[in-house]
Amino acid sequence: MGERKIRVLIAKPGLDGHDRGAKVVARALRDAGMEVIYTGLRQTPEQIVTAALQEDVDVIGLSILSGAHMTLVPRVMQLLREKGLQDVVVFIGGIIPQEDIPKLKALGVAEVFLPGTLLEQIVHAVRQGVKRSLETSE
Amino acid sequence: MTTKEMTSQLEEALSRWEAQTLRPTLARLPERMAEFTTTSLRPIKRLYTPLDVQHLDFEQDIGFPGEYPFTRGIHPTMYRGKLWTMRQFAGFGTAFDTNRRFKYLLEQGQTGLSVAFDLPTLMGLDSDHPLAEGEVGKCGVAVSSLEDMEVLFDGIPLEEVTTSMTINAPAAVIFAMYLVVAEKQGADWKKISGTIQNDILKEYIAQKEWIYPPAPSMRLIVDTIAFCTQEVPRWHPISISGYHIREAGATALQELAFTLRDGIEYVEWCVRAGLDVDAFAPRLSFFFNCHNDFFEEIAKFRAARKVWARVMRERFGARDPRSWMCRFHTQTAGCSLTAQQPYNNVVRTTIQALAAVLGGTQSLHTNALDEALALPTEFTAMLALRTQQIIAYESGVVNTVDPLAGSYFVEALTSEMERGCYEYFEKIDAMGGMIAAIERGFPQKEIQEAAYRYQQAVDRREQIIVGVNEYVLEKEPIEVPILYIDESVAEIQKERLRRLRARRDTAKVQRTLEALKEAARGTENTMPYILECVRAYATLGEICDALKEVFGEYQEPPF
Repeated sequence: MGERKIRVLIAKPGLDGHDRGAKVVARALRDAGMEVIYTGLRQTPEQIVTAALQEDVDVIGLSILSGAHMTLVPRVMQLLREKGLQDVVVFIGGIIPQEDIPKLKALGVAEVFLPGTLLEQIVHAVRQGVKRSLETSE
Repeated sequence: MTTKEMTSQLEEALSRWEAQTLRPTLARLPERMAEFTTTSLRPIKRLYTPLDVQHLDFEQDIGFPGEYPFTRGIHPTMYRGKLWTMRQFAGFGTAFDTNRRFKYLLEQGQTGLSVAFDLPTLMGLDSDHPLAEGEVGKCGVAVSSLEDMEVLFDGIPLEEVTTSMTINAPAAVIFAMYLVVAEKQGADWKKISGTIQNDILKEYIAQKEWIYPPAPSMRLIVDTIAFCTQEVPRWHPISISGYHIREAGATALQELAFTLRDGIEYVEWCVRAGLDVDAFAPRLSFFFNCHNDFFEEIAKFRAARKVWARVMRERFGARDPRSWMCRFHTQTAGCSLTAQQPYNNVVRTTIQALAAVLGGTQSLHTNALDEALALPTEFTAMLALRTQQIIAYESGVVNTVDPLAGSYFVEALTSEMERGCYEYFEKIDAMGGMIAAIERGFPQKEIQEAAYRYQQAVDRREQIIVGVNEYVLEKEPIEVPILYIDESVAEIQKERLRRLRARRDTAKVQRTLEALKEAARGTENTMPYILECVRAYATLGEICDALKEVFGEYQEPPF
């Protein structure tokens, strides 16, 4: 059986329009052989989780630079659980204060990428995250 | 000796140097890299000589400061006469919080105010709108009504400070709020001075905080420009911005070319609306980024003045020399800051600020060291301001005008920037102008491509970022305390709005909003109607929604 490509949803929740990082990461993951869907700007947590369900993704990457992460991320995580998507690996990229990182991880976020993260680190982390998620669900 | 003879003599001398001195050295000690490039990945030659600038005519191309083409600066004495305005962008939490920060910055010797609004405000949403949840007061101050604006400038005499406001899609409304605060203070509109960013084209291109489609957005901008020429003559009604274009990943040249082409678009719309170019062009201003590559940035600023002067004189036939001047604000590059070893950001910012000063900026914001993590604290904001003060008072670079003029390298780079601009102008003109180019995603795609190429260069370590892909520390040596905005700001704002809506004259609010819609459907200037809405304490969201009913909303085409 041919190995299924990793499917990733890159999403921008909240009001901020800074999509440079989201687009660069989307392209890097695509270049690394993954299927990437980009939601576009200003998606609500509901829209993001619906897209994740419809697109049957393994990974969600949330890009947030506005400081609204402690409002938006808990809601995304809760909706994922409600829809039975707790196996989906969630990454966050953006301007996130250090003290919020453990709180986000406690919510189930796999990793938080700050400005200055190399693309290779993100690609590697996504692959590892999916691998771990498959192992635990099997 | 003729020029031609001099050129061939120089070429000979250069060949001799290459053969006798350079080649043996390269054989013994090869260069560290095959190609040396700028931050924008532009190749740079080993050596620049008079051969690289022989196309330049001193008087026509470089000339004297304060005279066409202004390559050396818009003012004849530059910083000997007046230092640049030190204008630190600030805003967070409620209007009360930001008012306190403003007063602190003024006490520290800052010479102008610059307001950062939160995202709901930038999108024309009140703090109690469902989409505002989690965003209120986070990356700027929340302003939902005249009442918030009154608090924001409480105790700050508006005739005495100059205020820059980073606001775009709802710029006309926020500007109207500022004007009404001035009115209530008893300040004369003819004497107040400052800037609204009011640049929607770069929103479509890069920053992406839009509300209305291009045509009605441009109409609102023309309305504010026309209104200012009559009523607020010392105001800068637009700040045509490359900053966000650069932050989105553009190269230095793309930043320059797209920004100046945006400027051309605004001038065309104003002229088409019947304004005399010399009536408004002297009040246009620009806003550029200053990234890491020292000489490339300086060349960009020098080329900006030269290209804009020629555009205004030749393309638009402006006759007033003030219409030819490209006056600009600069901010050091937020995207160059790293979350790793954040204290290194002070050094980056210093180099960038120095380039902006050597490039002849009129005002400057220096980023704080903690801005890759959060908004600046009081301490880091002060350190950023001190950086400018040290350049101004200790470095000596202010003592003479345009000290890098005549450098073979800087002049050659300036020429390259200039040529590159005209090439982009031709392409965009051929597409039918900037709005047509935006609708087909041209500048957006160019920027995305450049952003990706840059990130790849960083990943491959062709571009070294200290602390990121070289000299990395496993553990951060020092923790940076950060400014934290909690949800109490949103609660305070919601309560203030609830009380305001209960207290004000609702019928009057409705009447003024209806009158605004009527004006928006026609061709009258909307500013006087927006002012009436503001005076009646209609909220930002209500005014923007009224205009949405008439103008519709922008949808970004997928590309």
